[in-house]
Amino acid sequence: MVKSPKRATVVSVGGNVGYKFDFGPVWDGMPDLLMGCLGTMGLALAGMLLATVIGIGGVILRDSRFPPLRWLVMSFVELIRNTPFLVQCYFIFFALPLLGEQLGVLMFKFGLLAKPTNLLLLSPTATAIIALGVNGGAYAIEIIRGGVQSISKGQVEAGLALGLHRAQVFRLIVLKPALRAIYPSLTSQFTLLTLTTSVASAIAAYELTSVAEIINGNSFRTFEVYFTVTIMYLIISSLMALLFNAISRRYFSYPVK
Amino acid sequence: MASTQSAAAPVASPAIAPMIVMEAVEKWYGPYKALTDINLSVRQGEKIVLCGPSGSGKSTLIRCINHLEGYSKGRITVGGVNLTESAKTIDAVRRDVGMVFQQFNLFPHMTILQNCTLSPMRTLGQSKAKAEATARRLLERVKILDQADKYPAQLSGGQQQRVAIARALCMEPKVMLFDEPTSALDPEMVKEVLDTMIGLAEDGMTMIVVTHEMGFARQVADRVIFMAKGEIVEEGHPKDFFTAPKHERTRAFLGEILRH
Ligand SMILES: Nc1ncnc2c1ncn2[C@@H]1O[C@H](COP(=O)(O)OP(=O)(O)OP(=O)(O)O)[C@@H](O)[C@H]1O
Ligand SMILES: [Mg+2]
Repeated sequence: MVKSPKRATVVSVGGNVGYKFDFGPVWDGMPDLLMGCLGTMGLALAGMLLATVIGIGGVILRDSRFPPLRWLVMSFVELIRNTPFLVQCYFIFFALPLLGEQLGVLMFKFGLLAKPTNLLLLSPTATAIIALGVNGGAYAIEIIRGGVQSISKGQVEAGLALGLHRAQVFRLIVLKPALRAIYPSLTSQFTLLTLTTSVASAIAAYELTSVAEIINGNSFRTFEVYFTVTIMYLIISSLMALLFNAISRRYFSYPVK
Repeated sequence: MASTQSAAAPVASPAIAPMIVMEAVEKWYGPYKALTDINLSVRQGEKIVLCGPSGSGKSTLIRCINHLEGYSKGRITVGGVNLTESAKTIDAVRRDVGMVFQQFNLFPHMTILQNCTLSPMRTLGQSKAKAEATARRLLERVKILDQADKYPAQLSGGQQQRVAIARALCMEPKVMLFDEPTSALDPEMVKEVLDTMIGLAEDGMTMIVVTHEMGFARQVADRVIFMAKGEIVEEGHPKDFFTAPKHERTRAFLGEILRH
């Protein structure tokens, strides 16, 4: 699926017989590159959203009173954090469908499906979003959990004493200050997630790096393509930083001592 | 212990069931026994001051009343509800019991007004308008209405504690528990909080106050209870309690705190 890109192995000395810069193909490919940027940002935003949901949900289960749930979350976090992201992508993209096939036949036999369907056959984009969300989510669980633990027990007790239930206390009283406490760690994790979208080019998800590979493959303007793409990633990261700041100003700007 | 009611003679006790009853309550933290054979009956409108050395179980005792701590043995009844481990009785009791903490515990991400309206809206199903009207009335009462739209961090300790009192009152509790409400305050702010509490007492609120403010105890308490090592050692009307303590441990304790 992935071809290792050709690299210049001969360095020419003295004279301009070597590489001549030509941004023409990049310019021609600009609409595609910009669409790729949108694809990257789309993957990143969807991945972050999923990661946040998994992160918050994971923290709730991680500290639940039911030990098997705690173990499940702990195992999940360890599994994800100790395996490469690329392998996780491949697993979801190539390995899960093989399981889905069996499952579809089985569910059909038991009358749960009208015809045998592979429920785990995912598109590259869906795969990328799930992989990013699951991967980012595992890290988010640990980060958010740190925030929750930084909230004083008194806050929880005040909520309970006012008659709120545990779930309400978590949602209404603990969550926001907890997220605020770890917001810088969470956003740097999410910046990483944004850049990790490029790995999804390995399963041909629609994003900036795969667009770049195509243009490079057609034009061999390798320097120009990756120079441009580098700048584009820098801009995307900056846009994300702006978004993170806006969210922070909107939700976490209350004064603290 | 059956004589505790008559011990607080000065206030005529109406012939109704007591607001809080603790019978032979025991509390263990693992192998450590924090409360031993606690028997306590609190009439409606009664004001009780609870004192004793650090670690004697004062906080544990009042935290059992609203089930912030579960108790291990005995029986607790609040407003006629027998408090058990069941969520239903815990909810019912917490609805009737307000609590004020040493560290205020205001919610930092909510304005003063939001702090006050949160639970009435969420647990009593009050409309925003009704909850805010109640909150404003009670913030007015603790003389802090002008700060309603500020955040806790923008208020002084004394102001925060008065908000915490108003927040608890918004639930229209039948009982108020105070756990060292002035201990975290700078000296110049103690009075404003105590004055608020005195006002509440004058309005007939049933109160249990853990405090070492003996001036407050003298002025407000119907009964002062002295605890040591998880047990109630002595109790009595403040007049008797301060002038003629019966137990050696009480005398030692009073000598300790009245010295300064
Ligand atoms: N969660 C807990 N786990 C174990 N032991 C506890 C716990 N909470 C309190 N204790 C112990 O129970 C005893 C009574 O504690 P409690 O907080 O009720 O005392 P207190 O009279 O309120 O003291 P202080 O004046 O210092 O607030 C202490 O010895 C304390 O160490
Ligand atoms: Mg205490």
